[in-house]
Amino acid sequence: MELSGAEILVHCLKDEGVEYLFGYPGGAVLHIYDALYNQEEVKHILVRHEQAATHAADGYARATGKPGVVLVTSGPGATNAVTGIATAYMDSIPMVVITGQVATANIGSDAFQEVDSVGITRPCVKHNFLVKDINDLAETIKKAFYVATTGRPGPVVVDVPKDITDPNIKIPYIYPESVHMRSYQPVTKGHPGQIKRAVELLLTAKKPMIYTGGGVVLGNAAEQLRTFVNTLAYPVTSTLMGLGSIPWDDEQFLGMLGMHGTYEANMAMHDCDVLIAVGARFDDRVTGKIAEFCPHAKIIHIDIDPSSISKTISVDVPIVGNVADVLADMNHLLGLSKTQPDQAALAEWWGIINGWRAKKCMSYDRNSDQIKPQAVVEMIHEITKGDAYVTSDVGQHQMWAAQYYGFSKPNRWINSGGLGTMGFGLPAAMGVQLAFPEETVICITGEGSIQMCIQELSTCLQYGLPVKIVALNNRYLGMVRQWQEFFYQNRYSHSYMESLPDFVKLAESYGHVGIRIERVEDLRPKLEEAFALKDRLVFLDIVTDQTENVYPMIAQGKAHNEMHMSPYCDLPQDPERELS
Amino acid sequence: MRHIISILIENEAGALSRVAGLFSARGYNIESLTVAPTEDASLSRMTIVTTGTDRIIEQITKQLNKLIDVVKLMELSDGPHIEREMMLIKVKAATMDQRDDVKRLSDIFRGRIIDVTASTYTIELTGAGSKLDSFIEALSEHKILETVRSGVSGIARGEKCLQLN
Repeated sequence: MELSGAEILVHCLKDEGVEYLFGYPGGAVLHIYDALYNQEEVKHILVRHEQAATHAADGYARATGKPGVVLVTSGPGATNAVTGIATAYMDSIPMVVITGQVATANIGSDAFQEVDSVGITRPCVKHNFLVKDINDLAETIKKAFYVATTGRPGPVVVDVPKDITDPNIKIPYIYPESVHMRSYQPVTKGHPGQIKRAVELLLTAKKPMIYTGGGVVLGNAAEQLRTFVNTLAYPVTSTLMGLGSIPWDDEQFLGMLGMHGTYEANMAMHDCDVLIAVGARFDDRVTGKIAEFCPHAKIIHIDIDPSSISKTISVDVPIVGNVADVLADMNHLLGLSKTQPDQAALAEWWGIINGWRAKKCMSYDRNSDQIKPQAVVEMIHEITKGDAYVTSDVGQHQMWAAQYYGFSKPNRWINSGGLGTMGFGLPAAMGVQLAFPEETVICITGEGSIQMCIQELSTCLQYGLPVKIVALNNRYLGMVRQWQEFFYQNRYSHSYMESLPDFVKLAESYGHVGIRIERVEDLRPKLEEAFALKDRLVFLDIVTDQTENVYPMIAQGKAHNEMHMSPYCDLPQDPERELS
Repeated sequence: MRHIISILIENEAGALSRVAGLFSARGYNIESLTVAPTEDASLSRMTIVTTGTDRIIEQITKQLNKLIDVVKLMELSDGPHIEREMMLIKVKAATMDQRDDVKRLSDIFRGRIIDVTASTYTIELTGAGSKLDSFIEALSEHKILETVRSGVSGIARGEKCLQLN
């Protein structure tokens, strides 16, 4: 079969089993778009901005575990995609981004819509390729998918000059069955000796703690993790990225840890004597002050990426491997082990933890005459029975969604954790909704974030995506305002959102349903009304308390046992802080 | 601490910039970097001299290994090794005294004068970096017009090799 480069590219995507291609056409990719015409296997989703194409592919990947695929043109097409590529890179999301490029003869001549896409994306991709010969095209695409989806996943960019896709140059097409790269051989199984040492150390613990992260979700290891956690009966916490791997209402689950983690999770981290980190990377939002991180603990760390180990925190027992395989091996060893956890010590440890829990750190004012954002998220959990896919943008609403939705399954909580990209939520929700058309997909956002990719309301109409947008509208860039209140003496520099649009009319002008909720008593009926509209996108503009803060909070550079607490829980607020 | 890291890397466009970009993006020091193809034209050999604590060096080697184009890596300064650097140095040599003295110093350091004009000598000198430094120091009485150093190349002593399996 003789095909042009453009046809080869489309055939590669079909052979790779690509369902959706998120993209935006332009000069350098017109041959490819022509090859997409009149075929139905690869469904192209036309976004309204290239950033959204990458976020949508990213959301699709996070929800399905399959790689997201993007096609954009050269120059501004590629640069607009960079934010989404970097977002995926920071959270290790498998993605293949095909960028058009000017013809090979014009590269380096400052041609129209030329940028050095390989150079610009290099620091935020797992790998990238420039295809210089049509004969390398199919193999390069195969390599791109292989690299993106194996080992620690990540985005891969393939830059394709226009002449490579010339419809008049045809060569025989063969898609390689497999690919071998001598320079890339990711590990899977963990070292048996290290696994044995880890199990022995775990069984000596008097105050153990299990700290799980996004690696459990990415590595499809929730089942193995649940067995591991239940076998040991140890307390478990999760990073923002790992939520859902352990059900939120599991007795052993202490909630999220870190900057906005629960009191009990952070205190248990601080006091534990053996810590096992499972697919988590000791991010600064988790560790707080490095010098005082888990000061009494021996640390075991399972990660697929050797460079994550001892990067910020030195560990005692490193295990490089696929989280699912390593946990399965550990579960096996635990089953054979004659030693058992020290039940008396464990009971005492749980006693201390339950004392912390009794402080009810997540309390907030439930009798307020204003709509509390936490209440909105809790109510959405009830209405959707905790079974929705929830995307978010970045800021206070993101933390409230993480803290109060209550996730029971992995791959349901979809947010930009590493890069913290505002504008992520709506396009990511589109990707999720396409993957799961029958499921409820919610974008919890703020009036600031939603405006960063609001143009995608148009894409949602075109493809009939009934996403539920929940905008917690406090007329402030809430997290910025909170930091200004805490650390800048209430100097609210440029964090106030004036001249907001009428979101109801805006939604309507895009052909959707808009609902504004201002009064506490309207909250439940209007939310129920919105979620009953199964086949419509509903934009919920919810006017929330402007002064609400995210609690608990560890200030940057502080230790786990130094938290600002909500005034509504049984713990002192930080006495050092002047309250507004 | 000074460390020498040797890398076998795919001989592809952009491979060098991946390594250089990694060092600048993560704020690692780079003292010198040399690169050229090996006997196998598909591979380049790179020698990087860097400084840092053991923890930083560990991160550098891990991050380098993580680059998809890096095939193999060895920390040369972990074991017995040889390092060499080549220098071309152009010195003013106009008077007989200058010419005699520069020639004598060059001989002492086992340099070779490879270009001569009425007023200059150009000397080629190979050795460990410290030897090149000493030679420059020894020439302090003279006017150095130009110095070109290759950066360090290194190889392990004995049968230990950095090669494909």
